[in-house]
Amino acid sequence: MQHEISGSAVISLLVDNESGALARIVELFSGRGYNIQSLTVAPVDEIGAISRVNIVTTGTPSAIGQVKVQIERLVPVSRVVNLSAQGPHVAREMALVKVVSSGEPRTEALRIAEAFRARAVDTTATSFVFELTGSTDKLDSFIELMRPLGLVEVSRTGVASICRGPQTIQNF
Amino acid sequence: MTTTIAPAPSAAQATVTLPGAEVLLRALVEQGVEVIFGYPGGAVLPIYDALFRQNHIRHILVRHEQAAVHAAEAYARSTGKVGVVLVTSGPGATNAVTGLLDAMMDSIPLVCLSGQVPTALIGNDAFQEADTTGITRPVTKYNYLVRRPEDLAPAVHEAFAIARSGRPGPVLVDLPKNITVGDAPYISAQAVTPRTGKIRTTPDRAAVSRAVAAMKAARRPLFYIGGGVINSGPQASEALRKLAKLTGFPVTSTLMGLGAYPATDSQFLGMLGMHGTYEANLATHGCDVLVALGSRFDDRVTGRVNAFSPGSFKIHVDIDPSQINKIVHVDEGIVGDVGETIAMMIEEWLKPPAYAHAADLTAWWAQIEGWRALDCLRFKQDQAPDAVIKPQQAISRIFELGRQTGRDMYVSTEVGQHQMWAAQFFKFDKPNRWLTSGGLGTMGYGLPAAVGAQVAHPDALVMDIAGEASTLMNIQELGTIAQYRLPVKIFIINNHYMGMVRQWQELLHGSRYSESYSDALPDFVKLAESFHARGLRVTRLDQLDDTIREALAHDGPVMVDICVAEGENCFPMIPSGAAHNEMILGPEQEDSGAQISQEGQMLV
Repeated sequence: MQHEISGSAVISLLVDNESGALARIVELFSGRGYNIQSLTVAPVDEIGAISRVNIVTTGTPSAIGQVKVQIERLVPVSRVVNLSAQGPHVAREMALVKVVSSGEPRTEALRIAEAFRARAVDTTATSFVFELTGSTDKLDSFIELMRPLGLVEVSRTGVASICRGPQTIQNF
Repeated sequence: MTTTIAPAPSAAQATVTLPGAEVLLRALVEQGVEVIFGYPGGAVLPIYDALFRQNHIRHILVRHEQAAVHAAEAYARSTGKVGVVLVTSGPGATNAVTGLLDAMMDSIPLVCLSGQVPTALIGNDAFQEADTTGITRPVTKYNYLVRRPEDLAPAVHEAFAIARSGRPGPVLVDLPKNITVGDAPYISAQAVTPRTGKIRTTPDRAAVSRAVAAMKAARRPLFYIGGGVINSGPQASEALRKLAKLTGFPVTSTLMGLGAYPATDSQFLGMLGMHGTYEANLATHGCDVLVALGSRFDDRVTGRVNAFSPGSFKIHVDIDPSQINKIVHVDEGIVGDVGETIAMMIEEWLKPPAYAHAADLTAWWAQIEGWRALDCLRFKQDQAPDAVIKPQQAISRIFELGRQTGRDMYVSTEVGQHQMWAAQFFKFDKPNRWLTSGGLGTMGYGLPAAVGAQVAHPDALVMDIAGEASTLMNIQELGTIAQYRLPVKIFIINNHYMGMVRQWQELLHGSRYSESYSDALPDFVKLAESFHARGLRVTRLDQLDDTIREALAHDGPVMVDICVAEGENCFPMIPSGAAHNEMILGPEQEDSGAQISQEGQMLV
């Protein structure tokens, strides 16, 4: 157990959409010393009674195994899946990236945005807000490229994830 | 935000509407509640008014909300029922927090009902407002803030189901005053589907079969049992006895498991861990198959984790999947009710092939008997009539003379040296008789716990083995004892020190007894008398037995101040950071404490 290598994992869970439910999950992470790299939460059923939470966490495989069983203990949580351990899955996030520049850097920013298929969702004479969706790595490299071109602000959603193929979180 | 526990409208239609407080009491009665431990206040006045106007439920008025929780814990632990606590908002709820965490750590089923300011005032810093669900979230198994009348009865029913299901624990229901004053529909328990469906009670047969195969291949096996066997119910203890007899394996127990296996049985090695017996710890260290039943590899049990039971094949049975592989990696993890699992183990054991190594157990037992012969709990008591009483002498005599009364004994303790000595010297043959704060180590647990046990068992002999420092933490409960004429026997093992603190300071901090001396103690005899109890004191060996007998024979509450030797330490002891085979057996080896590494000193 001591020689395991730390890695990151995406954990997806379904939780009753009730007061304090998110606090239970977040406090479990802080109380037991687990990491949260990103967290997304939104209702996913037709009446808004169930929310899906996606958490990117880091740790050794046994630590991540503990995270999963600890979350499973929470009363309002009905399903927990470690998507990274379960097999192929899609993990995407969105970023809004604000760049303030003029002249050559501004043109360059627009050119790179096109290469990344980022959309300019707000444009002024001196600024762009780009919207970009993709894997965490793709967003990271886009933001890195924008840094010397007038990057002033970043807003990211965190990862939403789902497994590939016909399987669902309900029938693993 | 919506809650999902309200039943379908069709079920709710067939219900009556009553004031919320009456709905609450009706739900409690439906859940089989007979006793509530509580303390009134502004936010719970409607509930107290409803209590006044009924006679199904008895209310025990404690003197501090922490004590209400400990009393309810002991009530639950000694009866197998869910303990119920009622406290007011704000300070009432925050005072209950220590007790709730105590119940959480020791897996005690409780429902704590707390008052709250009206929903319209929540968030306004109203008088006696606290974010009770926020504060108690990490110390409860689950909690509720009831915001809508239709959620009241379902929340209470689900709270009981959650408290008693799976690994038991405390559940808090926060009740805003407008919910208990206003009308609410009564919804019966049958109309509520509690969210307890994830809990697995029946173990995987294949896993049990593999575990039993490993047990049949064992030459040096050991059962390591914990509080889960007691929580599973008396049938689990019965099954354990049967399995132990069938297999012939030795049995050791955690602090919380004491009583689940008869201590007077020859296969019982005593408690393991930091203050466990020599034979139990060396057997744990040397076994080749370790069968953990409802125990959780607590740090007080394992000592240094990487040296814990090295080389053994480890089987771990627990109803809580998160306990398996949490601290110690095991070879066969079995999720399920420990009683059901033991029953299944018996079935598998009886299938062919028969145990091939039964003969080899003779060698294992011979080794164990060798360790046992060391008599690690021995102590030197000067036999002169006026000799100073050793704390071990006091505790072993209390046990012996208590046993001789032939009465059913329930024993609570505070926390510290006296607790460990009580664990070592009291020989429990039945479960549910031993009431102690294991996981949290809450000083002040014992006196209110004795209240809870005596309320549950009015005719039993209920004792609190106390330390003079711990018992002062909830000494106000002498008032509760007086009010309800509870004939509890409080034995204060008075060494004028926070003994365990003093012992660690001696061992790890160069005998610098920083703030551990119990200065300015009250006169416990007068203190008892002022609370309408009998007060006794004993200072000499020749008066010890007579004083204990006198206390046991008295039909009311008694507090006995047993003045004992001040410098005595609790042995055996595995120093922090050490392995089971590095035990300190007695004062002659104490110097080895100086060799404890800084790493060890950092451990508590």
